[in-house]
Amino acid sequence: MRVLLVDDEIELVSTLAERLAMRDIEAEWTSTAEEALELVRRNRYDLAVLDVKIPRMSGLVLKKKMEEIQPSLHFIFMTGHGSEKDFAQGAAEAGAGFYLVKPVKIELLMERMEEIFRGQGGQE
Amino acid sequence: MRLMEWIKPKFWNHYDAPEGPFRLLFNFPRIWKLAVLLTSGVTLLPLFAMAVIDYSVSKEAIHSELFFRTTRLVSNSRRTLTYYLAERHAALDYVVGANSLEQLLDATRLEYILYNLQRSFQGFVDLGVIDQEGIQQAYVGPYQLQGVDYSREEWFREVMEKGVYLSDVFLGVRHEPHIVIAVRHPMPEGRFYVVRTTLDTARIAGLLLEVEVTGAGDAFLINRDGILQTRSRHHGNVLEKVALPVPSYSEKSEVMEYTTPDGRELVLGYAFIKDSPFILMITKQKTDLMRVWRERQWKLLVFLTISIAGAMLVIVGVSTYLVTQVYEADVRRVAALHQIEHANKMASIGRLAAGVAHEINNPLAIINEKAGLIKDLFTFRKMYAEDRKLMGLVDSIVTSVDRCATITRRLLSFARHVGGDSKVQRLRVGEIIEEVLGFLQKEADYRSIDVSVEVADNVPEVECDRGRLQQILLNIVNNAFAAMSDGGHLGVRVHRAGPDRISIAVSDDGCGIPEGDLHRIFEPFFSTKTQKGGTGLGLSITYSLVKEMGGDIDVKSVQGQGTTFTIMLPLKSKSTGA
Repeated sequence: MRVLLVDDEIELVSTLAERLAMRDIEAEWTSTAEEALELVRRNRYDLAVLDVKIPRMSGLVLKKKMEEIQPSLHFIFMTGHGSEKDFAQGAAEAGAGFYLVKPVKIELLMERMEEIFRGQGGQE
Repeated sequence: MRLMEWIKPKFWNHYDAPEGPFRLLFNFPRIWKLAVLLTSGVTLLPLFAMAVIDYSVSKEAIHSELFFRTTRLVSNSRRTLTYYLAERHAALDYVVGANSLEQLLDATRLEYILYNLQRSFQGFVDLGVIDQEGIQQAYVGPYQLQGVDYSREEWFREVMEKGVYLSDVFLGVRHEPHIVIAVRHPMPEGRFYVVRTTLDTARIAGLLLEVEVTGAGDAFLINRDGILQTRSRHHGNVLEKVALPVPSYSEKSEVMEYTTPDGRELVLGYAFIKDSPFILMITKQKTDLMRVWRERQWKLLVFLTISIAGAMLVIVGVSTYLVTQVYEADVRRVAALHQIEHANKMASIGRLAAGVAHEINNPLAIINEKAGLIKDLFTFRKMYAEDRKLMGLVDSIVTSVDRCATITRRLLSFARHVGGDSKVQRLRVGEIIEEVLGFLQKEADYRSIDVSVEVADNVPEVECDRGRLQQILLNIVNNAFAAMSDGGHLGVRVHRAGPDRISIAVSDDGCGIPEGDLHRIFEPFFSTKTQKGGTGLGLSITYSLVKEMGGDIDVKSVQGQGTTFTIMLPLKSKSTGA
């Protein structure tokens, strides 16, 4: 299973990638939207974990673009922000359970990932 | 007192909440007073003016009418009396002219003349002839007056000088009042004789009695000394002194007013009878005559009083109604402004909370991941897995991050739900209560307030707006905290109340609410904490929020023992319909 993590906080995203790797999940990370799209074009991923707010591009737009490249890709959103608008949009895009508010417990993230692999939830 | 409280309009005792930027626009009691004063002034002043004018004009009119009628009566009566006396005088003149002295001295002839006079004119009693020396030479009549010497009598001197004499009334034989008329008849060589007759005044009295005097009136004659010459109804008998002033001489008939010593008001008409010592007097009781007018004035007064009462009732009623309407509109306006301000404040706090939460969340996430990684490293590489101290440190970091995360999530949740539009969702009431109590947990801990929450198992999810329910509970719990002293108990119990309702009861054991205030606590601006910065809006906003949700709020309180607020919420939201 290959996962792409996109978040502008390098410290966060790199650490998270490392932790996922320890749990036998192949995780790559990037801190910019452009690079993320580049990676998606080059490699195949099962799941993308996106920050809702990425510099120069909203996580929601990024999701749309990634979907165009790899339609089968699944998504989980992570956000530090809790505005009503973001919540509504994020939950609508990924499903209420796949919109996680930082800080996220690794156990919860793992649980959601497993759900996706079992073919439940996620992108319809 | 209770009646006064009931009558008193709502705006009367209103006092503005001293705090806060919004105030009522007007001083309502003052507006009310002004409105009542102005309208009643404009309405009643003309009414009063008309009444006063009518009073004086009609009084004046009835007065002059009274005077005019009396004058006319006096004139007519005078004419009758003058005519009566003149007639007798003329008859006597005729007798003297038509008979020679010799004929008159003839007793049979004189008797015949008296007989004829008595037949043609009433009142002649006797007839006598007196010579130049004042000796009665011939006499016919009821008295024995033959040969009587009149030369020293006052009347004889007068008739010698003036040619005619009319006496005052005197009581003759049988005590009947009489008067005497005497005429001088000149003869050649400056000699003369006098014919004298006595007249019965019954006929004069009869004439006066025939005069119809209204108003308990009276008609009579007096002489110039004020001695009654005929019997009067109210002022004494013949030859008594009348208790009225003797008027000064006037050619014409006169009318004046006179108040008797015992306070009766009289209208007094008089006229001097020409060529006689008599004064005709006609009196009327003024009060009697004014009675009709007075009765009319009374009716008018009653009508006026009723009109004024009616007008005042309408004026006060309408003023009270209008001012109350304006007052209520104003109160609603101020309440709306306060609510907007409150909503804005909540929205600002929400934005602040969201900003803070977001800013903290990102570094928190990093701490979380780093600490997580440390733990992972220890766990997965098994290098330090057995080192309890290190693991404990890392666990402590993770737990603290967790606590921070709980706080920021609450802030975010709060921010998400306040200030926004109503957004109905299905909620577990227990969760919301825990959330709200979470905000106040620290205060509860500091003040050792014991908080217990009981949610019955059969309480279903409720459709409502999360933010509003939070606000409602926060307000009530905050109030409960304010009412309690340290070490109090707060109980929240949720149970199902009927097929489509749940009830949330928040009880405290604080100071309670005085019974007099209980029915007012949901009114806007009712506050007992105005001096401490309360706006008196918390519970009114809570009330309107509950009502908007289709619920009900009720309060029970015993002073000194505590207060219980009970909120009833429908299971299904009104706005979503089914």
